[in-house]
Amino acid sequence: MNRPIIRLYGLVALLFALLIAFTSRWSVFEASSLRHNGLNARNLLEQQRIDRGPIVARDGTVLARSVPRGEGTFERSYPQGGEFAQAVGYYFTSLGSVGLERYRNAQLSGEGASNLQTILNQLQGKKPVGEKVVTSLDPAAQKVANAALVGHKGAVVALDPRSGSVEVMASSPGYDPSSLRSSASAAAIKGDPSGRLINRATQFGYAPGSTFKVLTATAAIDTGAFTRESTVSGRNNVPISGVPLKNDENESLGQITLTQALTKSVNTVWAQVAERLGKRTLARYMDRFGFNRKPELDYPADEMSASGEHEGERVIPPTSPSVDVGRMGIGQDKLEVTPLQMAEVAAAVGNRGRLMVPHMTQRIVDSEGRTVERVAPRVQSVVMKPSTAAAVTAMMEAVVNEGTGTSAQIPGVQVAGKTGTAETQIGNTINNVWFIAFAPAANPRVAIAVTLQGVPGQGAAFAAPVAREVIERLLHD
Amino acid sequence: MLSPRNRELLGLIPSALLVTGGFTAIFIQAENNSPGASTNLTLNHASSVSLAYGALFLGLCLAAHLVIRFALPYADPYLFPLVAVLASVGIVMVYRIEPVLARQQAQWMIVGLLLFAGTIVTLRKHGVGVLERYRYTIAAVGIGMTVLPRLPGIGEQVNGAYLDIHLGSISFQPAELSKVAIVIFLASYLRDNRQILVTAGRRVLGLTIPPMKQFGPMLIVWGAAMATLLLTRELGTSLMFYGAFLALLYVATGRFSFPLIGLVLFALGAWFVAGHVGHVHARVLAWEDPLNHRLFESGTSYQLGQSLFAQADGGVLGTGFDQSLLRYPVELANHQIVHRSILPVPESDMIYAVIVNEMGLAGASGLLLVYLLLVARGLKTAILARDSFSKLLASGLSFVIAMQVFVIVGGVTDVIPLTGVTLPFVAYGGSSVVMNFVLVALLLVVSDRARRPYARLTGS
Repeated sequence: MNRPIIRLYGLVALLFALLIAFTSRWSVFEASSLRHNGLNARNLLEQQRIDRGPIVARDGTVLARSVPRGEGTFERSYPQGGEFAQAVGYYFTSLGSVGLERYRNAQLSGEGASNLQTILNQLQGKKPVGEKVVTSLDPAAQKVANAALVGHKGAVVALDPRSGSVEVMASSPGYDPSSLRSSASAAAIKGDPSGRLINRATQFGYAPGSTFKVLTATAAIDTGAFTRESTVSGRNNVPISGVPLKNDENESLGQITLTQALTKSVNTVWAQVAERLGKRTLARYMDRFGFNRKPELDYPADEMSASGEHEGERVIPPTSPSVDVGRMGIGQDKLEVTPLQMAEVAAAVGNRGRLMVPHMTQRIVDSEGRTVERVAPRVQSVVMKPSTAAAVTAMMEAVVNEGTGTSAQIPGVQVAGKTGTAETQIGNTINNVWFIAFAPAANPRVAIAVTLQGVPGQGAAFAAPVAREVIERLLHD
Repeated sequence: MLSPRNRELLGLIPSALLVTGGFTAIFIQAENNSPGASTNLTLNHASSVSLAYGALFLGLCLAAHLVIRFALPYADPYLFPLVAVLASVGIVMVYRIEPVLARQQAQWMIVGLLLFAGTIVTLRKHGVGVLERYRYTIAAVGIGMTVLPRLPGIGEQVNGAYLDIHLGSISFQPAELSKVAIVIFLASYLRDNRQILVTAGRRVLGLTIPPMKQFGPMLIVWGAAMATLLLTRELGTSLMFYGAFLALLYVATGRFSFPLIGLVLFALGAWFVAGHVGHVHARVLAWEDPLNHRLFESGTSYQLGQSLFAQADGGVLGTGFDQSLLRYPVELANHQIVHRSILPVPESDMIYAVIVNEMGLAGASGLLLVYLLLVARGLKTAILARDSFSKLLASGLSFVIAMQVFVIVGGVTDVIPLTGVTLPFVAYGGSSVVMNFVLVALLLVVSDRARRPYARLTGS
């Protein structure tokens, strides 16, 4: 019986080796990813004793700050209520953290301080002191956007096209981060089927509808294959990928220019243009605009979605055989895009073809008031030639002046924009609507994307007025 | 060369140091965390209390050592010191988690050591062989015990499983008693039938199929394990029992095919149960994806996820005694602040995660190596033993300890679905500590006979 006993010991040794292997896996090899897991509240609990730095708006309005609650611990407070919930996020020991609170955790908790300072603090037995994060968010415009979104599901993102600074990031329905402190109301917010914790500006994919035609137009003109005066047949029921495509209200038009086709948002024209450009060309321009990967925003990557052709949860290359390039060119097919991405499209056209890296943080200021880090504007990609940008701008001006986007007109300011309407499965009366724009067209200071989910009508009627209000507010400053 | 008993005595030094050092570290740390405040412990006080705890523990170990010295002079000299190391790690960790529980644990250790001494004194004359006479009684008690928690009035459901019984203020895990009882029965039964199982079998497709008459009772054991599983809804306990059964079957027959058939049968049964018993199914889901947001937030994998997070903070060398984050303040609606535990049941199910957190991969691996050495000494005893029953008994008892460690540590580290068995000698739990001391006493009795020179054996 001794041989089986020795073998039995071999088995035990093997099982124990497995235990040590798994212990190593969690405590060493995968430790870092476990520590950064959003569900892990341990770091938060340790950091409860840290006086976290505040997050402020561009004008110094406090968006988040730490208040002492006895026994040397602190708790986060959000003086603006739900106004900045999605952009700033929250930070609670029981829940973990999201949004900018999570992305800038190192600086806010003081871990980002210079090494010398950290060592000096440690020698003196001082606890790390958090740094202040100054954002580019504009409280007045954010309020306007939130007010316009009340009662809707949707989002607004506004950028400064020259720098990429995010000035408005609103998502509806939202929540008041302070109410997450009580576990009962936190459970109610989490359990709400309307998805109040989701940041629809960065996380939610919608079919872009006709706003995508701006990208198709950019590719058409920038490649030299078309000019804005090129004519294409706008007749109804042109076969695209073998299936006849309809225009809005089955309107049939003759040979029309691309400018006219964008102004009236003629599907068949743009689908034919997209087919002629081909998947590879459109894919190239999508890449340049930042599609097919996560945005470069200073925001947690897993709280942002990549925009592009989707197959279930997955983004597939626009060159895939399953892509219907004609329908993709008019924002249909399997496209799902975020409002942030569409704001970047408007911004790139507005900034003479140069897309700036979007960012919310302007600077990091230490506890003694010194600026320790400044986020400088950076070019993300050169999307198109300046001449292309000028041509597309002229076309988008026509949309607002005489086309589908007239409700975005602002007296005294030339707005360039594009509407979008994506039909939902509910039928052609309930739509997801879009408006993207920048203004003033000649020298833009604001680029914006507005989307509203499930409204009974067109992008022009619902989304364009929201964009107008927010632009007016931002240009007023 | 030192005599075995003197080696055993010297072997107790590490655990004495461990206890004293551990308590000192905890007191110093408590002092650091809240200077002068809530705890009225000064360093002076700390050192005297920790020395007292160390001295008390060492005194108990010395008493046990004296019992072994006089009753079992030839017994393996390493078994008891290894157990003492485990017990001292346990008492330090439990103290660090909740001082009140540590005092109870210490009381249970005294009960355990009394039963330990009792077992040794009772069996010293005639060896473990006398147990064979009562094997059916022992088996009945063992199997009966496993279903006790299901009885209304004394049983209670915890996390979906039925594991504890309550008599007045005392709670007891009968599985710990069954563990020893079933191993005794199986060792005895297999001693009688091992030859027949091998020789009377037919060979089919290269596998030896044992004869029905002798294999019948074995199938009954399988059935009992399955019934236990269904009744208590606890995968871990049945895995532990059944693992010991298969190991004994293999040791008894030397046929690899027997445990293989058994394993397939168990897998089928477990698969069925996992699919049909909600609580077991939930454990399997949590095992597959412990960090799934939905499972974590609904509580299904919360405990396992927190265990992994706690281990992640440990790293190679750990955060140090008393450094682990266990509780956090929560403000209630009436503004009262209570302390919640971030890691559920840190003192029993999750104690290994706390150990990894505070002592790191190095400390946890060290602990596992101590278990491995203990199992090695147990199996060595089995090899040295001179009769089949002793061999089977020692193998079974050693293997059941190994299985128990594997089931709980494997659960906590996500190797297998998490279940509620205790980490032997380390985790808080009265019945576990008591029965494991009895188990070691049995091993020591076998070992004494096995290592006794032949002349003395025949002469006695």
